[in-house]
Amino acid sequence: MNAHLTEIIVFTVLFLLVSGMGFVAARWRRPDSLASLDEWGLGGRSFGSWVTWFLVGGDLYTAYTFVAVPALLWGAGATGFFAVPYTIVVYPIVFLVLVRLWSVSHVHGFVTPADFVRARFGSPTLALLVAITGIVATMPYIALQLVGIEAVLKSMGVTGHLPIIIAFAILAAYTYQSGLRAPALIAFVKDTLIYIVILVAIIAIPAQLEGGWSGIFDAAQAKFDASPAPGDGILLNANNQLQYVTLALGSALALFLYPHSITGVLASRNRGVIKRNMSALPAYSLLLGLIALLGFMAIAAGIKPIGTDNNTIVPQLFDRMFPDWFTGVAYAAIGIGALVPAAIMSIAAANLFTRNIYKEYLKPNATDADEARVSKITSLLVKVGAVLCILFLDTGFSIDLQLIGGVIILQTLPSVALGLYTRWFHRGGLIAGWVAGMGAGMLMLYNIGNPVTGKLHFAGSAFPLEKLGLDTKMTIYAGIVALAVNLVVAVLGTLIARSTKVAEGDDATLPDHYLADEGDPRIKDLDFTVDTGAPSPDADQDRGHASGPVV
Amino acid sequence: MTTPNGDRGDRSPWNWLLIAPIILPLLPFLYNSDEPRLFGFPLFYWLQLAFIAVGVTCTSIVYQMTKRR
Repeated sequence: MNAHLTEIIVFTVLFLLVSGMGFVAARWRRPDSLASLDEWGLGGRSFGSWVTWFLVGGDLYTAYTFVAVPALLWGAGATGFFAVPYTIVVYPIVFLVLVRLWSVSHVHGFVTPADFVRARFGSPTLALLVAITGIVATMPYIALQLVGIEAVLKSMGVTGHLPIIIAFAILAAYTYQSGLRAPALIAFVKDTLIYIVILVAIIAIPAQLEGGWSGIFDAAQAKFDASPAPGDGILLNANNQLQYVTLALGSALALFLYPHSITGVLASRNRGVIKRNMSALPAYSLLLGLIALLGFMAIAAGIKPIGTDNNTIVPQLFDRMFPDWFTGVAYAAIGIGALVPAAIMSIAAANLFTRNIYKEYLKPNATDADEARVSKITSLLVKVGAVLCILFLDTGFSIDLQLIGGVIILQTLPSVALGLYTRWFHRGGLIAGWVAGMGAGMLMLYNIGNPVTGKLHFAGSAFPLEKLGLDTKMTIYAGIVALAVNLVVAVLGTLIARSTKVAEGDDATLPDHYLADEGDPRIKDLDFTVDTGAPSPDADQDRGHASGPVV
Repeated sequence: MTTPNGDRGDRSPWNWLLIAPIILPLLPFLYNSDEPRLFGFPLFYWLQLAFIAVGVTCTSIVYQMTKRR
């Protein structure tokens, strides 16, 4: 019947296998009860180096990345390779920042970045803005994971939306039951499969192509030489270097502001686990760099996408180059690769809603069990929302939203990342900066068109400096410009708020809290509440005295 | 962020080593060239992949040197 039958069988078997693992995960490192966010939403805050490596790696390097980055190289060449410098610079940048966030969160029992902002700046309003930004930025990201699965299904000749709905229903069910333990356990399988597939791909595919690696790059060069588009090529040109660098830097700054990355980090056992992972996670960057080059291999092999969907390039390449059963394994790796981040993202978005909207505004006396219950239900709703996005909106629209997501999540950098180092900013200034940065970012994205596709708005993140009145053809990443606007306004706003004596919020954190580690004797002096697992009066007190005059 | 003990802070001269892997990948003039090729890879690709090793080395050294005993 179907020429892809072997692929479909292998894919389905592996998919069902990991789904079973997802349900069993609730028993893994079994706690007395999953009825708290520390357990359901952060896996007991007890993951060691290996689990964290698989979890965070599976979380950051998503199925969409594995499909979209090679598609970008296939279409435009060198500019798509920004993913490599991006995932190199991110780790040294956050190396010291994340351990501070981990420590202060450990001491105060923070589950989300907005929890930290609330306590640090004594401003539920600022925390609400950070929470909403996180939720809005995460939603389209989850929808994009579905795009990854869809590309694989299309290549197997499976059409219609029913398979995706079934896949997400299974995902929703085991995330509901097992919380963060499910993606943590599944990540082992996902990453092992991905590593095997890519190792085989980079050895087997060039061997089958004429001229090996050298021939692959030459074929790409020939394709871009023949294309009329000005920005493509296997090297950068004078006008897109600034974009390349600012996009890499901006994406790196944004990565660990995403709630799902922070969820992965807060689930680790101690500071050493995080630091070791900052050295070990670049293994995935190497993988990503090699995956990116699949785009050029596809050019050399003369692969054409299905219809106009460039995301089918990699699945099509596998289909051509691998025996059917191994293509099935490769497809399963991509499909399962979508499940891990989708689960973590929905948990992170649900935690933000629960902690910073539900508990803050709807039910201030919510118990731990209430929080866990609300988060579980919200995680379901988030996934339903993502599926609806795919069913009723154009896929291109999800990609637009994801683009916007990166720009808006950057606007939380002053409150979250700089807040870990300094309390100099005034909460009023930070709010003003957020508003200005958001406005500037939206305005720029709205004005980015693409003459080739005829799209007038939201056609990319490369903002032409020409539009700022500069006499150049260079482009820059809109997110970085928006962040600069944000910082300038935040500084001015802080100076104005100070000089007009607008009330400061209270800071519930102490310098020592940013250095605390697991099993540290000093921790006893602190209001250390996490390991007891019980709702603690100290923690409530903290939140109590943090809620001074509200901005 | 100094503390009474002094040894518990996050500050260390070793942290400056983290600057290298942040700066290098953001300087396109270093790698935006086809030649010299390595195993058929243009400089643009193999050098940026090589920066991954710089990142791993620097973060590992900083971790080892600043580990609390």
